Amino acid sequence: MTKGIYLDNNATTRVDPEVLAEMLPLFTEQFGNPSSMHGFGAAVGGKIEWARKQVQALLGAAHDSEIVFTSGGTESDNTAILSALEAYPKKREIVTSVVEHPAVLSFCDHLEKKRGYTVHRIPVDRRGNLDMEAYRAALSERVAIVSIMWANNETGTIFPVEELAVLAKAAGAVFHTDAVQAVGKIPMTLADSAIDMLSLSGHKLHAPKGIGALYVKRGLRFRPLLRGGHQERSRRAGTENAPGIVGLGAAAQLALLHMGEENTRVRALRDTLERAILAAVPNCFVTGNPDNRLPNTCNIAFEYIEGEAILLLLNEQGIAASSGSACTSGSLEPSHVMRAMGVPYTAAHGATRFSLSRETTEEEIDRVIAVVPGIIEKLRSFSPYWQADAGRPKEFAPVYS
Amino acid sequence: MWNYTDKVKEHFFNPKNSGVLDDANAVGEVGSITCGDALKLMMKVDADTQLIREAKFQTFGCGSAIASSSALTEMIIGKTVDEALTLTNRDIAEYLGGLPPEKMHCSVMGAEALRAAIANYKGEAWEDDHEEGELVCKCFGVDAAMIERAVTVNGLTTLEEVTHYTKAGGSCQTCHEKIEEVLEEVLAKSGALKPAARHAPGTVGLDAIKPLAPKAEAPAAPKLTNVQRMQAIMTAIEEMRPQIRRDGGDVELVDIDGKDIYVRLSGACSGCSQSAGTMMGVQMKLVEALGEFVRVKPASLMTAGV
Repeated sequence: MTKGIYLDNNATTRVDPEVLAEMLPLFTEQFGNPSSMHGFGAAVGGKIEWARKQVQALLGAAHDSEIVFTSGGTESDNTAILSALEAYPKKREIVTSVVEHPAVLSFCDHLEKKRGYTVHRIPVDRRGNLDMEAYRAALSERVAIVSIMWANNETGTIFPVEELAVLAKAAGAVFHTDAVQAVGKIPMTLADSAIDMLSLSGHKLHAPKGIGALYVKRGLRFRPLLRGGHQERSRRAGTENAPGIVGLGAAAQLALLHMGEENTRVRALRDTLERAILAAVPNCFVTGNPDNRLPNTCNIAFEYIEGEAILLLLNEQGIAASSGSACTSGSLEPSHVMRAMGVPYTAAHGATRFSLSRETTEEEIDRVIAVVPGIIEKLRSFSPYWQADAGRPKEFAPVYS
Repeated sequence: MWNYTDKVKEHFFNPKNSGVLDDANAVGEVGSITCGDALKLMMKVDADTQLIREAKFQTFGCGSAIASSSALTEMIIGKTVDEALTLTNRDIAEYLGGLPPEKMHCSVMGAEALRAAIANYKGEAWEDDHEEGELVCKCFGVDAAMIERAVTVNGLTTLEEVTHYTKAGGSCQTCHEKIEEVLEEVLAKSGALKPAARHAPGTVGLDAIKPLAPKAEAPAAPKLTNVQRMQAIMTAIEEMRPQIRRDGGDVELVDIDGKDIYVRLSGACSGCSQSAGTMMGVQMKLVEALGEFVRVKPASLMTAGV
């Protein structure tokens, strides 16, 4: 097998060597506990504050004290939602969307089932755009928090979060956005926005796994999820993951540096890949909103074949991608995002996500373009829904259909 | 990535007997595109000897579904119809060196297709068999008879196992109670283990998601001309000024650049810790006045030439 081609960067990214270099001393020479009153601790404390400033810069936040380090996106999402509910106990409603990451959706399910909150799940249209009419209708003074993602992890579709935040604030609700996929890929200026809280995750932007942050706008009423020591100004107890934090800081610095590249070179590579596949393969289409999405993401639904089979054949060629198909996750239904967009089952099972990074090269994309049509053709050649010789779908009506 | 055996991989990467068997006299079609697995098994049976001379398949599904189909064809070629009928899904899984528990339903699909094909050869209506057993899981089209067979052959005892082997109950979950009833019946008959605890009904969350129905385009709001828009912005800001002035500050419109409205705060508002809040208030007022989303930004952020 040749060197692997990694196009699953929305799942996780490789730790940048520069990030790792920044982190390594934190395991050996600079191992002190930042809360300790001695030189070992102080050195680490200084590094953490440096990292905080890097994250602040990446988000365009007004103050570095608005950054709270967490263990990752899930903790940040859970903290944000719970904080708003505890800070405004009389408000018993939550607004979110149907295409959120499970870190938000499952937590909202739990709050609905176990604690009796009312959850409004705003639907999306066929291109994954939020139903703004339904959103406006769901907002009221009863809503404690709105939690809506900045960009969708499967399709890359970007939501108008600045507008959503303004509307939420006007209704008196706290506005949180899960920006795990968006941070580092598109420019942000939180200082000028109505966004109260924002979640990010390090491993999506070339920092290690297990580190993330929650942006909390200055002045926002906040209640911590983890209570204990006074770390993070008492907003997140627990000894700091100092190497992770420093890694996140370094990654944030690099992300800001490479933002232009992400939006030009990576976008162009993604578009090349997409155009070539669409031109070479019949019966496939891009899911989500092709005109308003992350520059690195393309999700193509291949009709009449199943995603896991595509991934296995891609993997055999050294190519890593991802699928929203049921069989890859162990669940039995295609992804909730594909279902929410009304993608027909004929295509939803074959949805395949290619997510690039700044490390993706032109040669890699050329290789993927060369390989994909053959894989699709092979699988379709023995799909009962595909008429191989005619190159088009056929009717197939088994007894259990 | 699933931990597939080498045999599964071999049958997936190089499936045996895939494609169409033109003059098949036994065809079994099971599964559906909804559930993500479908199999068409085609066989040529020798009428004199009852031997299965040839078998081919077409499968829509994951790696283990394709491997199970390929394995099935290899297993039945050369067998008589009656011999083939004794094959169970467990035999298919064993032939492949095992399947992950979550993938056992692929082997069940193979066994079901074989039964359907043989019924077709014998001129029996497979659909009747299907209708005899109550359709338990509507999402995946799994009937009571199929659950019963899976439970008996594989010694299943819990709802979760039934879902892994048949897919039944893997979607909306409203059939969990029914599945447990079938399970209880089979276990009671065999005197086997006690059934699993009842699963709490409920369909909140991800399973409650329904696609948004396409709707007609909303009538477009009357579009303001550039002059009307500018006047609306100026009027809205003028209306806000008395309140801001009362607090010792002021706000003035500096420029309009598409959706970006640049304003300058002065007096007590300039450098005030609450200035972000004031800007936000201006933004909300403008969004309301214009009926569109705009960003209000400090004039200091204006780029050269704006």
